[in-house]
Amino acid sequence: MAAGISDKVTILGMGCSKFGERWNENAENLMLEAFTEALEDSGIGKDQIEAAWFSTAIEEQHVGKSGLPLSMALRLPYIPVTRVENYCASGSEAFRGAVYAVASGACDIALALGVEKLKDTGYGGLPQRSRGSVNDQFWANASAPGSFAQLASAYQAKHGIPPEDIKRAMAHISVKSHDNGSKNPKAHLRNKIDIDRVLKAPIIAEPLGLFDCCGVSDGAACAVVTTPEIARSLGKTDLITVKALQLSVSNGMEAQHNSWDGSYFMTTRKASERAYKEAGISNPREQISLIEVHDCFSVTELVTMEDLYISPEGGAVKDVLDGFYDSTGELPCQIDGGLKCFGHPIGASGLRMIYEMYLQMQGRAGERQRDDNPVFGLTHNLGGFPHQNVCSVTIIGKEGA
Amino acid sequence: MSIGIQSFGGYIPRLRLDRGSIASAHAWFNPGLKGLGAGERAMANWDEDSITMAVEAARDCLGAASIDLGGIYMGSTTMPFQDRQNAGIVAQALLLGKNLLTLDITGSQRAGTSALIAACQVVMGGRKPILVAAAEKRRARAASIIEMTTGDAGAAVLVGEGDGVAKLLGSHSTAVDFIDHYRGQDQVYDYTWEERWVRDEGYMKLVPEACEAVLKKANIAAHDIKAFCFPAAMRRVANTLAKKMDIPEEAIRDNLQLKCGEAGAAHGLVMLVHALEDSSCGDIILVTGFGQGCDALLFQVTDAITHFNPVNGISGHLLMGRNETNYNRYLAHNEMIEMERGLRAEMDKQTGMTTLYRNKDMIMSAVGGKCSECGTVQFPKAGVCVNPNCGAVNAQEDYRFVGARAQLNSYTADRLTYSPDPPAYYGMVQFDEGGRVMTDITDVDPEIGLEVGMPMKLTFRIKDYDTRRGFRRYYWKATPDKKSNGE
Repeated sequence: MAAGISDKVTILGMGCSKFGERWNENAENLMLEAFTEALEDSGIGKDQIEAAWFSTAIEEQHVGKSGLPLSMALRLPYIPVTRVENYCASGSEAFRGAVYAVASGACDIALALGVEKLKDTGYGGLPQRSRGSVNDQFWANASAPGSFAQLASAYQAKHGIPPEDIKRAMAHISVKSHDNGSKNPKAHLRNKIDIDRVLKAPIIAEPLGLFDCCGVSDGAACAVVTTPEIARSLGKTDLITVKALQLSVSNGMEAQHNSWDGSYFMTTRKASERAYKEAGISNPREQISLIEVHDCFSVTELVTMEDLYISPEGGAVKDVLDGFYDSTGELPCQIDGGLKCFGHPIGASGLRMIYEMYLQMQGRAGERQRDDNPVFGLTHNLGGFPHQNVCSVTIIGKEGA
Repeated sequence: MSIGIQSFGGYIPRLRLDRGSIASAHAWFNPGLKGLGAGERAMANWDEDSITMAVEAARDCLGAASIDLGGIYMGSTTMPFQDRQNAGIVAQALLLGKNLLTLDITGSQRAGTSALIAACQVVMGGRKPILVAAAEKRRARAASIIEMTTGDAGAAVLVGEGDGVAKLLGSHSTAVDFIDHYRGQDQVYDYTWEERWVRDEGYMKLVPEACEAVLKKANIAAHDIKAFCFPAAMRRVANTLAKKMDIPEEAIRDNLQLKCGEAGAAHGLVMLVHALEDSSCGDIILVTGFGQGCDALLFQVTDAITHFNPVNGISGHLLMGRNETNYNRYLAHNEMIEMERGLRAEMDKQTGMTTLYRNKDMIMSAVGGKCSECGTVQFPKAGVCVNPNCGAVNAQEDYRFVGARAQLNSYTADRLTYSPDPPAYYGMVQFDEGGRVMTDITDVDPEIGLEVGMPMKLTFRIKDYDTRRGFRRYYWKATPDKKSNGE
């Protein structure tokens, strides 16, 4: 039985560009912006990086395929660069690649960098694109909001919760993320909103309104990882280590077998169970200090609270409305504004979540810093649709915790 | 040898455009159209065409029966493809096998009745049963008379050996190059000549000629006719013809002008099917088709009529309409106004012919798989069984979902994704016997909407238009099952 990843790899440095509508920057500029911060934070030279993992999802809209765009943008010294794509969970995949490389002993210092340039499509939301030659001929004419919106109809039917209560909990989630984002200088959206405005917003895909949906952004984020020993040899103390790295990928059961009811994420349950085991966490509601989840839509965040075993099944609405996940609540969720307000440059998002945890653990999160000495941070990065998706759950925390 | 109609069915799109809405939109230009403004015209949804209507009419006709067919003849002047056999698409959608003679019969408003005559003659020669499916979705210039009088619909008739529900007594065709209207190659709209001439020199002279010929052949007296199907929209012509030919006035069948409109090449069969639905044993039915000559067919209803009903029939479909008062929607669906469809509509919808051919049973016929080891039904058919407790490899048999009962597990109404008729409805549709699919949902009444648990069924529709290449993709979409919903 494998011992898992816990405490084998530490984060040496991280960086994140400002997210948003970066009209005047190419993807390469955004990569450099994130990388410059990470390199400075890690205190190493570029030539000490031995391998890199590069995540971007919709490469045809900006940099094109392969590891080349990263290597060329940063002028990396002919090291291995692997380009990874796993829908919106791509950023976590880059991180996993770099962490595994270090854990295996194949290299001492590795880089994970994710970027996405989504504001060159001419319209809001994700670009319309082919899903494959066969899929295009039978998949529903679905958008991301329409796919995730269905969680609400199924969740409502399963738990018998009135639609108004769900709508209100979803609105609370969005208001909370805007409050949090307003304190984050790198966030795409920094305006505060109120419940009334959320509830009155135009419908995008029933029952999701405009403020139930995250936008899409331009941005990059990156991490430099190494072993705790090397980090200490470089003079680092109070290390932030990787506690768990789990990924679960649908096998068609949800989409094609009648045992799934459409109200939850099968993959999130599997990945989080394994992640808690890997990190040695037995009571996540008590032990986890902060969570960053894939709040592409408010309803995703709502049901994810249950799939991460933090709220009881059917109990997320109550926890959300009680303020349990607010920045001042027992377990803040999206303290940086989340996808909703920090922004969602796909390939960077998983790394951005880890970046926030890393800052919070070190007390470097500025105005939005959680003051109760966070120990474990969990990030949840999802890609695809509720009925077929990839889900990454990462836990980082203080070394030895 | 006797031959007859073995079964019959029809299809009328759910949307019924209020003619008053057309007339009032054009009143500034041609106030005279108000005189034609009564009632409704059937209006195909954006995802319906002559092929989808022919498929639905054929399903209505065949029901769950499995028939060893000899051929499928499709009659229409609005075939979606000029060179890709349209009847072949109908055959594939219905999964009727490949040992068929499929024919597109077109080029005249009597294509439907001519297809029926041709089928009768072939069956008479000792061949297997032939399915005749006719459908029409004509385009008409804004503020034209045919915009007011036509409608979209389809009908299907199965002809086979034996008397069936209506025995063929005889048929007659004349070929006369009388041009009441025409539509040249590459023309979208019809060009019509003066109505009075069409009536006096066309209908009044050519129809009696053909009808009298068939009556004489069959040795039937005109006054014994119980149902006279004359599929033209022009008022009082059927009455004048009946009087002229000594057909009793009460035999004149309703041309469905108030509820459906005249469905072009399909209308003769639409009226025939409707007449059969109302008929009793012994009734004699005369059905005509007019267009560069005239077709006339004579049938006598048998006592088998008491044992056959189409699934819905024309009568059923007449009751399933949804009144549409927005003429702009009709204009948009018929590409008569240039809508701003947005950047999302620009996506290339090219279809790989290899992909489509390899997956034709799945895409065109809704065939999935049933695991021969655990019995789990699944869509699509796959190499490995989806049942987590099975996982059998290469053990699936074909399983067809068309006609299967289903219900809705989750849904949305999406205003972001591009749809020609927003919002786009889709959701997880789960079949009672197993299998599920996240699929587009069509013909949703917005004021009723959808709900989890709603009964659903499959219907053959257009999935996407490839406007750049003139191709269209078909697929089986879900639609609320109104019958199971208690409508």
